[in-house]
Amino acid sequence: MKYYTVIFSIALLFTACSGENQEGKALYQKHCANCHGDQGEGLEQLNPPLANSDMLKAAGPGAACWIQNGLHGPIVVNGQNFEHVMPPMPQLSAIEIVNILNYVNNSWGNKRIFITLEEINKVLENCN
Amino acid sequence: MRISSPFGTISFSIILFLLLNVACTPDKKLPIMGEKTVVQKMVDGKPVYDTLDHRIPAFKFYNQEGTEITEALVDGKVYIADFFFTSCPTICPRVKANMKKIYDKYKHRKDFLMLSHTIDTKHDTIGRLAWYAQKLNVGTPCWHFLTGKYNDMTKIALGYLLSALEDKNAPGGFDHSGAIALIDRNRKIRGFYDGTDPEKIEDLIKDIAILLREKE
Repeated sequence: MKYYTVIFSIALLFTACSGENQEGKALYQKHCANCHGDQGEGLEQLNPPLANSDMLKAAGPGAACWIQNGLHGPIVVNGQNFEHVMPPMPQLSAIEIVNILNYVNNSWGNKRIFITLEEINKVLENCN
Repeated sequence: MRISSPFGTISFSIILFLLLNVACTPDKKLPIMGEKTVVQKMVDGKPVYDTLDHRIPAFKFYNQEGTEITEALVDGKVYIADFFFTSCPTICPRVKANMKKIYDKYKHRKDFLMLSHTIDTKHDTIGRLAWYAQKLNVGTPCWHFLTGKYNDMTKIALGYLLSALEDKNAPGGFDHSGAIALIDRNRKIRGFYDGTDPEKIEDLIKDIAILLREKE
Protein backbone atom coordinates (compact mmCIF):
# COMPACT_ATOMS: atom_id res chain seq x y z
CA MET A 1 0.00 0.00 0.00
CA LYS A 2 2.79 2.36 0.98
CA TYR A 3 4.49 1.49 -2.32
CA TYR A 4 1.46 2.74 -4.30
CA THR A 5 1.36 5.98 -2.35
CA VAL A 6 4.98 6.71 -3.24
CA ILE A 7 4.39 6.04 -6.95
CA PHE A 8 1.25 8.18 -6.90
CA SER A 9 3.11 11.05 -5.23
CA ILE A 10 5.94 10.89 -7.77
CA ALA A 11 3.44 10.82 -10.63
CA LEU A 12 1.65 13.83 -9.17
CA LEU A 13 4.93 15.68 -8.81
CA PHE A 14 5.76 15.11 -12.48
CA THR A 15 2.37 16.36 -13.68
CA ALA A 16 2.75 19.45 -11.54
CA CYS A 17 6.19 20.20 -12.96
CA SER A 18 5.38 19.58 -16.61
CA GLY A 19 2.06 21.46 -16.46
CA GLU A 20 2.34 24.42 -18.81
CA ASN A 21 0.87 27.75 -17.82
CA GLN A 22 -2.26 27.22 -19.94
CA GLU A 23 -4.07 30.27 -18.59
CA GLY A 24 -1.09 32.50 -19.34
CA LYS A 25 -0.68 30.98 -22.80
CA ALA A 26 -4.33 31.61 -23.69
CA LEU A 27 -4.11 35.20 -22.46
CA TYR A 28 -0.87 35.74 -24.36
CA GLN A 29 -2.45 34.40 -27.55
CA LYS A 30 -5.41 36.71 -27.14
CA HIS A 31 -3.72 39.95 -26.09
CA CYS A 32 -0.07 39.82 -27.13
CA ALA A 33 0.64 37.34 -29.93
CA ASN A 34 -0.79 39.48 -32.75
CA CYS A 35 2.10 41.90 -32.36
CA HIS A 36 4.81 39.92 -30.57
CA GLY A 37 4.28 36.63 -32.45
CA ASP A 38 3.29 33.13 -31.33
CA GLN A 39 6.89 32.38 -30.36
CA GLY A 40 7.67 35.82 -28.91
CA GLU A 41 9.72 36.53 -32.01
CA GLY A 42 8.39 40.08 -32.56
CA LEU A 43 7.95 41.59 -36.03
CA GLU A 44 11.01 42.90 -37.83
CA GLN A 45 11.89 46.40 -36.56
CA LEU A 46 8.27 47.23 -35.73
CA ASN A 47 7.47 45.11 -32.68
CA PRO A 48 10.21 43.96 -30.30
CA PRO A 49 10.76 40.28 -29.49
CA LEU A 50 9.92 38.92 -26.04
CA ALA A 51 12.01 35.76 -26.39
CA ASN A 52 15.49 36.46 -25.02
CA SER A 53 14.73 40.17 -24.69
CA ASP A 54 17.27 41.95 -22.49
CA MET A 55 14.82 44.76 -21.71
CA LEU A 56 12.14 42.36 -20.50
CA LYS A 57 14.66 40.39 -18.44
CA ALA A 58 15.92 43.55 -16.75
CA ALA A 59 12.40 44.76 -16.00
CA GLY A 60 11.27 41.69 -14.03
CA PRO A 61 7.87 42.34 -12.40
CA GLY A 62 8.11 45.96 -13.61
CA ALA A 63 6.95 44.83 -17.06
CA ALA A 64 3.43 44.66 -15.55
CA CYS A 65 3.15 48.44 -16.00
CA TRP A 66 3.87 48.16 -19.74
CA ILE A 67 1.12 45.58 -20.16
CA GLN A 68 -1.37 47.71 -18.23
CA ASN A 69 -0.47 51.20 -19.50
CA GLY A 70 1.24 50.49 -22.81
CA LEU A 71 4.55 51.93 -23.96
CA HIS A 72 5.24 55.19 -25.76
CA GLY A 73 8.49 56.54 -27.01
CA PRO A 74 11.56 54.77 -28.32
CA ILE A 75 12.98 51.73 -26.53
CA VAL A 76 16.08 49.61 -27.15
CA VAL A 77 15.78 45.81 -27.14
CA ASN A 78 18.90 43.71 -27.75
CA GLY A 79 20.61 46.74 -29.28
CA GLN A 80 17.75 47.45 -31.69
CA ASN A 81 15.61 50.60 -31.59
CA PHE A 82 11.82 50.29 -31.52
CA GLU A 83 9.45 53.22 -31.68
CA HIS A 84 6.04 51.70 -32.44
CA VAL A 85 3.42 52.47 -29.76
CA MET A 86 2.25 49.61 -27.55
CA PRO A 87 -1.44 50.11 -26.71
CA PRO A 88 -2.56 50.02 -23.04
CA MET A 89 -4.69 47.11 -21.83
CA PRO A 90 -6.66 48.47 -18.89
CA GLN A 91 -9.14 45.61 -19.23
CA LEU A 92 -6.61 43.09 -17.85
CA SER A 93 -6.73 42.26 -14.14
CA ALA A 94 -3.63 41.88 -11.97
CA ILE A 95 -4.09 38.09 -11.96
CA GLU A 96 -4.22 38.04 -15.76
CA ILE A 97 -1.08 40.19 -15.98
CA VAL A 98 0.74 37.83 -13.59
CA ASN A 99 -0.27 34.85 -15.73
CA ILE A 100 0.90 36.53 -18.94
CA LEU A 101 4.23 37.58 -17.41
CA ASN A 102 4.94 34.15 -15.96
CA TYR A 103 4.11 32.54 -19.30
CA VAL A 104 6.33 34.94 -21.26
CA ASN A 105 9.13 34.69 -18.71
CA ASN A 106 9.18 30.91 -19.00
CA SER A 107 8.64 30.29 -22.72
CA TRP A 108 10.78 30.19 -25.88
CA GLY A 109 14.03 29.81 -23.99
CA ASN A 110 13.17 32.35 -21.28
CA LYS A 111 13.68 30.86 -17.81
CA ARG A 112 12.96 33.22 -14.96
CA ILE A 113 11.63 33.03 -11.41
CA PHE A 114 7.88 33.03 -10.92
CA ILE A 115 6.33 36.36 -10.07
CA THR A 116 3.62 36.42 -7.40
CA LEU A 117 0.34 38.32 -7.45
CA GLU A 118 1.47 40.23 -4.36
CA GLU A 119 4.55 41.53 -6.18
CA ILE A 120 2.47 42.59 -9.18
CA ASN A 121 -0.09 44.38 -7.03
CA LYS A 122 2.73 46.42 -5.49
CA VAL A 123 4.25 47.17 -8.90
CA LEU A 124 0.90 48.23 -10.41
CA GLU A 125 0.29 50.66 -7.55
CA ASN A 126 3.54 52.44 -8.36
CA CYS A 127 3.45 52.65 -12.16
CA ASN A 128 4.51 55.99 -13.64
CA MET B 1 10.74 -6.59 -69.61
CA ARG B 2 8.43 -9.37 -70.82
CA ILE B 3 4.86 -9.34 -69.70
CA SER B 4 3.41 -12.84 -69.85
CA SER B 5 -0.17 -12.73 -68.68
CA PRO B 6 -2.98 -10.41 -69.79
CA PHE B 7 -3.41 -9.52 -66.13
CA GLY B 8 0.22 -8.34 -66.02
CA THR B 9 -0.24 -6.23 -69.14
CA ILE B 10 -3.32 -4.57 -67.71
CA SER B 11 -1.74 -3.76 -64.36
CA PHE B 12 1.38 -2.49 -66.10
CA SER B 13 -0.77 -0.20 -68.28
CA ILE B 14 -2.69 1.06 -65.29
CA ILE B 15 0.51 1.89 -63.42
CA LEU B 16 1.97 3.60 -66.49
CA PHE B 17 -1.25 5.57 -66.96
CA LEU B 18 -1.27 6.67 -63.31
CA LEU B 19 2.37 7.72 -63.44
CA LEU B 20 1.83 9.74 -66.60
CA ASN B 21 -1.29 11.27 -65.10
CA VAL B 22 0.58 12.45 -62.02
CA ALA B 23 3.36 13.89 -64.13
CA CYS B 24 1.05 15.70 -66.53
CA THR B 25 -1.72 16.94 -64.20
CA PRO B 26 -2.57 20.46 -65.30
CA ASP B 27 -2.76 23.27 -62.74
CA LYS B 28 -5.99 23.41 -60.82
CA LYS B 29 -8.17 26.17 -62.21
CA LEU B 30 -8.81 28.87 -59.64
CA PRO B 31 -12.40 30.17 -59.63
CA ILE B 32 -13.31 33.68 -60.74
CA MET B 33 -14.96 35.47 -57.81
CA GLY B 34 -17.63 38.13 -57.77
CA GLU B 35 -20.92 38.79 -59.44
CA LYS B 36 -21.10 38.63 -63.21
CA THR B 37 -22.90 41.33 -65.17
CA VAL B 38 -24.77 41.00 -68.43
CA VAL B 39 -24.05 43.72 -70.97
CA GLN B 40 -25.64 44.59 -74.28
CA LYS B 41 -23.49 45.05 -77.35
CA MET B 42 -24.46 45.92 -80.89
CA VAL B 43 -23.15 43.46 -83.48
CA ASP B 44 -24.12 44.12 -87.12
CA GLY B 45 -26.87 46.44 -85.94
CA LYS B 46 -28.39 43.77 -83.67
CA PRO B 47 -28.29 43.76 -79.87
CA VAL B 48 -26.16 40.91 -78.49
CA TYR B 49 -25.81 40.07 -74.81
CA ASP B 50 -22.62 39.06 -73.11
CA THR B 51 -21.71 38.08 -69.54
CA LEU B 52 -18.74 39.86 -67.99
CA ASP B 53 -16.70 38.76 -64.98
CA HIS B 54 -16.25 41.05 -62.00
CA ARG B 55 -13.07 43.10 -62.37
CA ILE B 56 -11.26 45.42 -59.95
CA PRO B 57 -12.33 48.96 -60.89
CA ALA B 58 -9.91 51.76 -61.73
CA PHE B 59 -8.17 53.42 -58.76
CA LYS B 60 -5.77 56.21 -57.88
CA PHE B 61 -3.69 56.15 -54.69
CA TYR B 62 -0.20 57.11 -53.50
CA ASN B 63 2.44 54.65 -52.33
CA GLN B 64 5.03 55.00 -49.55
CA GLU B 65 7.36 56.83 -51.93
CA GLY B 66 4.72 59.39 -52.86
CA THR B 67 4.31 57.93 -56.33
CA GLU B 68 0.85 57.96 -57.86
CA ILE B 69 -0.35 54.37 -58.22
CA THR B 70 -3.22 53.49 -60.54
CA GLU B 71 -4.57 50.34 -62.14
CA ALA B 72 -1.90 50.84 -64.82
CA LEU B 73 0.68 49.49 -62.35
CA VAL B 74 -1.06 46.12 -62.01
CA ASP B 75 -1.74 45.78 -65.73
CA GLY B 76 -0.83 42.24 -66.81
CA LYS B 77 0.46 41.37 -63.34
CA VAL B 78 -0.62 38.96 -60.63
CA TYR B 79 -1.10 40.68 -57.29
CA ILE B 80 -2.47 40.38 -53.79
CA ALA B 81 -4.40 43.10 -51.95
CA ASP B 82 -5.32 43.70 -48.32
CA PHE B 83 -6.58 46.45 -46.00
CA PHE B 84 -4.87 47.45 -42.75
CA PHE B 85 -3.70 50.47 -40.76
CA THR B 86 -0.33 51.07 -39.15
CA SER B 87 -1.61 51.62 -35.59
CA CYS B 88 -3.85 48.52 -35.71
CA PRO B 89 -3.72 46.78 -32.32
CA THR B 90 -5.33 43.52 -33.47
CA ILE B 91 -4.70 41.20 -36.41
CA CYS B 92 -2.75 43.49 -38.79
CA PRO B 93 0.77 42.69 -37.50
CA ARG B 94 0.01 38.97 -37.79
CA VAL B 95 -1.22 39.43 -41.35
CA LYS B 96 1.84 41.53 -42.19
CA ALA B 97 4.18 38.87 -40.71
CA ASN B 98 2.50 36.29 -42.96
CA MET B 99 2.61 38.58 -46.00
CA LYS B 100 6.33 38.99 -45.40
CA LYS B 101 6.69 35.26 -46.22
CA ILE B 102 4.97 35.87 -49.57
CA TYR B 103 7.18 38.90 -50.18
CA ASP B 104 10.33 36.90 -49.49
CA LYS B 105 9.15 34.21 -51.90
CA TYR B 106 8.11 36.38 -54.86
CA LYS B 107 9.81 39.77 -54.47
CA HIS B 108 12.14 39.01 -57.40
CA ARG B 109 9.23 38.48 -59.83
CA LYS B 110 8.63 41.45 -62.12
CA ASP B 111 5.05 40.31 -62.76
CA PHE B 112 4.00 40.06 -59.10
CA LEU B 113 2.88 42.85 -56.76
CA MET B 114 1.50 43.38 -53.29
CA LEU B 115 -0.88 46.26 -52.48
CA SER B 116 -1.61 47.03 -48.82
CA HIS B 117 -4.26 49.73 -48.48
CA THR B 118 -4.58 51.76 -45.30
CA ILE B 119 -8.09 52.52 -44.07
CA ASP B 120 -6.75 55.12 -41.64
CA THR B 121 -6.02 57.61 -44.41
CA LYS B 122 -5.97 60.49 -41.92
CA HIS B 123 -3.02 59.21 -39.86
CA ASP B 124 -1.32 56.91 -42.36
CA THR B 125 0.28 59.59 -44.48
CA ILE B 126 2.84 58.83 -47.19
CA GLY B 127 5.61 59.50 -44.66
CA ARG B 128 4.04 57.20 -42.07
CA LEU B 129 3.73 54.41 -44.66
CA ALA B 130 7.36 54.92 -45.67
CA TRP B 131 8.36 54.51 -42.01
CA TYR B 132 6.21 51.39 -41.67
CA ALA B 133 7.59 49.73 -44.81
CA GLN B 134 11.14 50.51 -43.72
CA LYS B 135 10.56 49.01 -40.25
CA LEU B 136 9.03 45.92 -41.87
CA ASN B 137 12.16 45.67 -44.06
CA VAL B 138 10.11 45.58 -47.25
CA GLY B 139 9.33 47.91 -50.12
CA THR B 140 9.00 48.75 -53.76
CA PRO B 141 9.02 47.66 -56.47
CA CYS B 142 7.14 44.63 -55.10
CA TRP B 143 5.20 45.83 -52.04
CA HIS B 144 3.23 49.08 -52.21
CA PHE B 145 1.59 50.60 -49.14
CA LEU B 146 -1.23 52.80 -50.40
CA THR B 147 -3.01 55.83 -49.01
CA GLY B 148 -5.41 58.33 -50.52
CA LYS B 149 -8.96 59.55 -49.94
CA TYR B 150 -10.94 57.62 -47.32
CA ASN B 151 -13.97 57.35 -49.61
CA ASP B 152 -11.80 55.95 -52.39
CA MET B 153 -10.47 53.32 -49.98
CA THR B 154 -13.89 52.08 -48.89
CA LYS B 155 -14.98 52.09 -52.54
CA ILE B 156 -12.00 50.02 -53.71
CA ALA B 157 -12.48 47.66 -50.73
CA LEU B 158 -15.93 46.89 -52.14
CA GLY B 159 -14.28 46.29 -55.50
CA TYR B 160 -12.06 43.69 -53.84
CA LEU B 161 -15.13 42.30 -52.01
CA LEU B 162 -13.33 42.96 -48.74
CA SER B 163 -14.70 44.84 -45.74
CA ALA B 164 -12.93 47.96 -44.50
CA LEU B 165 -14.77 50.67 -42.63
CA GLU B 166 -14.25 53.24 -39.93
CA ASP B 167 -15.91 51.97 -36.75
CA LYS B 168 -15.44 53.75 -33.44
CA ASN B 169 -16.37 50.59 -31.52
CA ALA B 170 -13.75 48.39 -33.19
CA PRO B 171 -10.28 48.11 -31.61
CA GLY B 172 -8.15 50.91 -33.02
CA GLY B 173 -11.19 52.58 -34.62
CA PHE B 174 -11.45 50.57 -37.84
CA ASP B 175 -13.28 47.39 -38.69
CA HIS B 176 -11.72 45.28 -41.39
CA SER B 177 -11.21 41.66 -42.34
CA GLY B 178 -7.82 39.97 -42.20
CA ALA B 179 -8.43 38.54 -45.64
CA ILE B 180 -6.05 38.82 -48.58
CA ALA B 181 -7.47 38.89 -52.11
CA LEU B 182 -5.59 37.25 -54.99
CA ILE B 183 -5.97 39.03 -58.34
CA ASP B 184 -4.99 37.70 -61.76
CA ARG B 185 -3.41 39.44 -64.75
CA ASN B 186 -6.84 40.64 -65.91
CA ARG B 187 -7.85 42.27 -62.59
CA LYS B 188 -10.18 39.39 -61.72
CA ILE B 189 -10.40 38.08 -58.15
CA ARG B 190 -9.31 34.44 -57.98
CA GLY B 191 -9.32 33.75 -54.24
CA PHE B 192 -9.54 34.96 -50.66
CA TYR B 193 -7.16 33.83 -47.92
CA ASP B 194 -7.25 34.34 -44.16
CA GLY B 195 -4.09 36.37 -43.59
CA THR B 196 -3.90 35.31 -39.95
CA ASP B 197 -3.69 31.58 -40.76
CA PRO B 198 -0.22 30.27 -41.73
CA GLU B 199 -1.78 27.26 -43.52
CA LYS B 200 -3.93 29.51 -45.73
CA ILE B 201 -0.80 31.53 -46.52
CA GLU B 202 0.84 28.33 -47.79
CA ASP B 203 -2.23 27.82 -50.05
CA LEU B 204 -1.89 31.39 -51.25
CA ILE B 205 1.79 30.91 -52.08
CA LYS B 206 0.87 27.88 -54.22
CA ASP B 207 -2.05 29.67 -55.90
CA ILE B 208 0.13 32.68 -56.78
CA ALA B 209 2.43 30.26 -58.61
CA ILE B 210 -0.58 28.89 -60.54
CA LEU B 211 -1.67 32.39 -61.61
CA LEU B 212 1.87 33.34 -62.56
CA ARG B 213 1.85 30.39 -64.98
CA GLU B 214 -1.45 31.55 -66.50
CA LYS B 215 -1.19 33.58 -69.67
CA GLU B 216 -3.02 36.86 -70.07
